[in-house]
Amino acid sequence: MIELVTTRYAYLVVVVLLAIGVYTMIESSNFVKKIIGLNIFQTGIFVFFITGAYHVNGRSPVVESGGGGGPFVSPLPHVLILTAIVVGVSLTAVALGLVVRIHESYGTLNEDTLSEVLADD
Amino acid sequence: MTDTLVPLLVAGPLLGALLTVAAGLLDDRAPPVVAVLTLVGQVGLAGWMGSRALLDGPLSNGVGGFVAPYGIELVVDGVSAVIVSLVALVSLGVLFYAVDDDPGGTAFYTEYLLLVAGLSGMSVTGDVFNLYVFLEISGLATYALVASAGTGRSAVAALKYLLFGTVAASLYLLGVGYALVATGTLNMADLSVKLAQVGYDSPLVLASFGFIVVGLATKAALFPLHTWQPDAYNDAPDSVSAFISALVSTVAAYALFRLLYTVYTPAFFEAVPVARDALVVFATLSIVVGSVLAVVQSEVKRMLAYSSVSQYGLVVVGLAIGTPAAVFGAVVHLVGHAVMKGGLFVAAGTVDDLTGARTVDEYAGLADRFPVLGGASALLMLAMVGVPPAVGFAGKWYIALGAVRAGTWPVAVIIFGSTLLTLAYFTLLIERMFVAPASPSVRAATDGGERGLDRPDRPSRVALTLIVVAAVAAIALGLAVTNLQVALEPTLDTLLAT
Repeated sequence: MIELVTTRYAYLVVVVLLAIGVYTMIESSNFVKKIIGLNIFQTGIFVFFITGAYHVNGRSPVVESGGGGGPFVSPLPHVLILTAIVVGVSLTAVALGLVVRIHESYGTLNEDTLSEVLADD
Repeated sequence: MTDTLVPLLVAGPLLGALLTVAAGLLDDRAPPVVAVLTLVGQVGLAGWMGSRALLDGPLSNGVGGFVAPYGIELVVDGVSAVIVSLVALVSLGVLFYAVDDDPGGTAFYTEYLLLVAGLSGMSVTGDVFNLYVFLEISGLATYALVASAGTGRSAVAALKYLLFGTVAASLYLLGVGYALVATGTLNMADLSVKLAQVGYDSPLVLASFGFIVVGLATKAALFPLHTWQPDAYNDAPDSVSAFISALVSTVAAYALFRLLYTVYTPAFFEAVPVARDALVVFATLSIVVGSVLAVVQSEVKRMLAYSSVSQYGLVVVGLAIGTPAAVFGAVVHLVGHAVMKGGLFVAAGTVDDLTGARTVDEYAGLADRFPVLGGASALLMLAMVGVPPAVGFAGKWYIALGAVRAGTWPVAVIIFGSTLLTLAYFTLLIERMFVAPASPSVRAATDGGERGLDRPDRPSRVALTLIVVAAVAAIALGLAVTNLQVALEPTLDTLLAT
């Protein structure tokens, strides 16, 4: 168990981040906090990819002329996550834009208050 | 066969989206024109590529000159040819309705073309991570389109959709991550070989399968992951609900098909029968609950939305059973559902514009006042129930046939039972429209009473044409289904062979 924690702690971080993210999204009734939870959830996935790229004694993947110089850390997951981060930022922007619209229309960011307002509509 | 023009299927609408912005700066009337021209081009390109893929075999292209499996590969095979042509045709049709019904600004048409680019990309990509990117592009465009109704309700529906959709896409990404860790590749064809080498019972492979299926099932709105869908369909502008109900979940279900049969392959189901059983149970549940929820709805758009939950259950059951007949039935039902549901949502939007009627009761007497509209809608509803010779019948027939051949009798019984439920909610609506005395809102539309003053007194020509075309297409597709079977046979045989 101790060994698992000391050698595989990055995966524990992934699990903890995913759990915190999902919990925040379900538990909080505030839309902004839900979006923060969503971001934490996605960060957990990013950490998972980056951890998967790790190689014991791996170096940054810059191949010298003539080749060799390995072992290298896998560059592929880093590139993927760079893309995923961009996607995540755009999603957050759209989500916050919608939150602003909801606040303009109903004057609340609280899910429970909002469903009462909508029921009265 | 390599073909350098395949990326144009994605690049075309993407470029069109940019041109729309540029045109919008010059002239307010230009964006719809640019959008229509782009989609006409897209229909031509998709039709040309699709027919070549169906006749001469798959076309592929390594984007940017990076060869597969290292670069991103785009592939048009028989099934993606059908889906990409469907996306092009339906988006063009609905665009005419959008221009006619609630013309939006530059942003609306840009988002619309971005959505077409995302959906076309999902249809032709041969790379699992690229699929994630297109999933998110189409997701982002859809959220913005849903909110473009401008009401508070639509913003709430869009945010709910965004939260569900993002978690779904993230779960899919997590599944891709597990597959990447197990195999080190992202190319679909390469993955299918390497996953087999890793071993289908490896926890990594099983976890990736679970995450990917749950992620895509949420996007396709299967019960119990469907809760975002009725609000999104109900609160979006009429043209947008027609568009997304016809295409967005359809392409997500197609992506599930691609993953199940190109990446995991039938050999995975052979090795892990519990995965197939779980998928069958999950989808059957969706069929039953979706139908029951549709029966109890009073609002027509919501009823149509819950009906989709049940129809996608049907599609996924066909995919999970995995006999050639069932998989073919699933593809037919996917295409048929897109045409019929798109037409029905256009009809619901038109009725709302004419009379303000939104609930089943308010539809009473509609067919007397608007015979063509009522008749064509009734035809689409009966096609959806599965009355031969319409395409709804063909799809269900092949899926049920496949279920019987695979020996899963209970599924065939459930398909029959759900057809009765579908009949129940649609005949109720048809009875209202044709037999019941006119409701106040329909009467108001008839004699120009206080509710009818600011409303048009006849359905717009564009909307009426689209509904009639959808009804005719639903029947023509049903009659042409054997031709489609011949055309798709080589593709499905290759996919199901391993």
